[in-house]
Amino acid sequence: MTKADLSRLGDIARECRVQIIRMLTHAGSGHPGGSLSVIDILTVLYFNRMRYDPKRPVWDDRDRLVLSKGHCVPAQYACMAKAGYFPESQLVSLRKLGSPLQGHPDRVALPGIEAATGSLGQGLSMSVGMALGLKLGGKSSRVYCVLGDGEAQEGQVWEAAMSAPKLGAPDHHLDNLCVILDYNGIQLDDHVKKILDLEPLVDKWKAFGWPVVEIDGHDLAQIDKALDQAEAEKGRPTFVVAHTVKGKGVSFMEDNPEWHGKSPTPAEAVRAIREILGLPESGGQPAAWAAPILAELAAMEKK
Amino acid sequence: MPAKASRAAFGEALIDLGARDERIVTLDADLSKSTMTAKFAKTYPGRAFNLGIAESTMIGTAAGLALSGRVPFCCSFACFLVGRFETIRVSVAYSQAPVKLVGTHVGVAIGEDGYTQMGLEDIACLRSLPNIPIVQPADEMETKQAVAWAVEHPGPVYLRLTRQNLEAVHGEGYRFQFGRAEVLRPGGDVSILATGGPLWNTLEAAKRLEADGIHAEVLNVATIKPLDEETILRSVGKTGRVVTVEDHSVSGGLGGAVAELLSEVMPTPLRKLGVSGFGESGDARGLYAKHGLDAAGIAGSVKKFLAR
Repeated sequence: MTKADLSRLGDIARECRVQIIRMLTHAGSGHPGGSLSVIDILTVLYFNRMRYDPKRPVWDDRDRLVLSKGHCVPAQYACMAKAGYFPESQLVSLRKLGSPLQGHPDRVALPGIEAATGSLGQGLSMSVGMALGLKLGGKSSRVYCVLGDGEAQEGQVWEAAMSAPKLGAPDHHLDNLCVILDYNGIQLDDHVKKILDLEPLVDKWKAFGWPVVEIDGHDLAQIDKALDQAEAEKGRPTFVVAHTVKGKGVSFMEDNPEWHGKSPTPAEAVRAIREILGLPESGGQPAAWAAPILAELAAMEKK
Repeated sequence: MPAKASRAAFGEALIDLGARDERIVTLDADLSKSTMTAKFAKTYPGRAFNLGIAESTMIGTAAGLALSGRVPFCCSFACFLVGRFETIRVSVAYSQAPVKLVGTHVGVAIGEDGYTQMGLEDIACLRSLPNIPIVQPADEMETKQAVAWAVEHPGPVYLRLTRQNLEAVHGEGYRFQFGRAEVLRPGGDVSILATGGPLWNTLEAAKRLEADGIHAEVLNVATIKPLDEETILRSVGKTGRVVTVEDHSVSGGLGGAVAELLSEVMPTPLRKLGVSGFGESGDARGLYAKHGLDAAGIAGSVKKFLAR
């Protein structure tokens, strides 16, 4: 990846973080922690890897993304708006009556979403089926599945994990499938280690027949390189363990289970966005695209 | 036509349809010899997938296949398949993935294996989902046509199939119509709405009732969801009495669906025949007799109901 790519992707990820905070504040509910931990991964997927056409969301030859940790769909909506699936102004309709931006992904309501998820543990199985279907149909499209770490406590994940490296053999190996685990270490109730530790996680997936790549899930170049490795792998799907920080980019949300599933107040949102943009707590000159968002949230605060 | 299990008719139909339609694939969870897809797997080895004893991921994989252009038949015993209700609810129903769910070994008629293998609550569970039609064909001819219909139906489908042989109730020239109930025997005194395994016994019961001067109208309700309200209301409007017969729990099945319909639009005295409580091991004939689903039991219940 070139320096220019890195800088471009960094800017997009920053903008998406701002949109995540903005839409959750408007919604008055939702999941900021995991949306912020996964956004760098989704940024690389949407803006450096996946083939798609927002004007033809069900184009046959598109790559597929299944966000199995469906509660973090605000991160995906931010990317989809930026990519041109729908206007960015629609982001503030998140979780509102009649909006296609459902609290958890709905593929019927919003073309471009590949699977209804959020009932945890199901997305990997659906991704496996998609990868197999694409192979049977002679398509070269790839399937990306993003799993949550808490989600990996679901039994169905391990059924799919057992199946995917073998399914389709000998003619249709699922090397068109790449699974990325957003390993932020926190689930709703507490730290994953305290609820039901997943370790030794890498050993488990290796034992199930998966090549495993470990990366810093906030390092855009590392994410991209891991996806290169996955694409180069023949005969097997790849499992990427992305070590992330829940709430990444907003200091008061980082690594704090409190911010798994509550939205910021408008005042907190302004603080968060100023921090994401590298502005002081007051003053400074926000970028032209960010200024109206800050003004809009400041106005909400006064209401 | 000789008696044949609807699961066997399904397996045969799938091989024929598979020759013409490359999109058809099968998924099984180590029961392909029982769901009768094993021959399809032998005939089209690249299109049959045995996921092992892992029904949840089988259903999810089927959903992914359906969303990428395949026509997946996702098969297991009805209880094991519908037991993964949450996966069906989200990966299939809410995702509108056109998976063809096939639940075999329904009802107490499976006999000796006992309750844990009996599909007795599957209709009740799946009826609650907004977009999965439920079809239970009555004999070989209807099964084969229903399977062909399922391939072409653009959405998800649930086919409910028996382990035991079913006597033919349809003659040559019969055409299955999705969403339509069918009057197999006309009568004016009572409407008997039956589906699946006990349908033959219901026709036998109607003959016995005839001998006692009771003219029963027998309907084959192959499509349990959506109900053919028009045909059912026409019959019930005429007879004023309804009995439902099914090898399924008396809660939430065909009887429940008919009760819901009639209580809102045409309140009518109704008697639901089916399975109460858990099933148990035994011979199929004995179990039908115990639950009043043999010809004598059905005829007896109808007479008692009409005398009320």
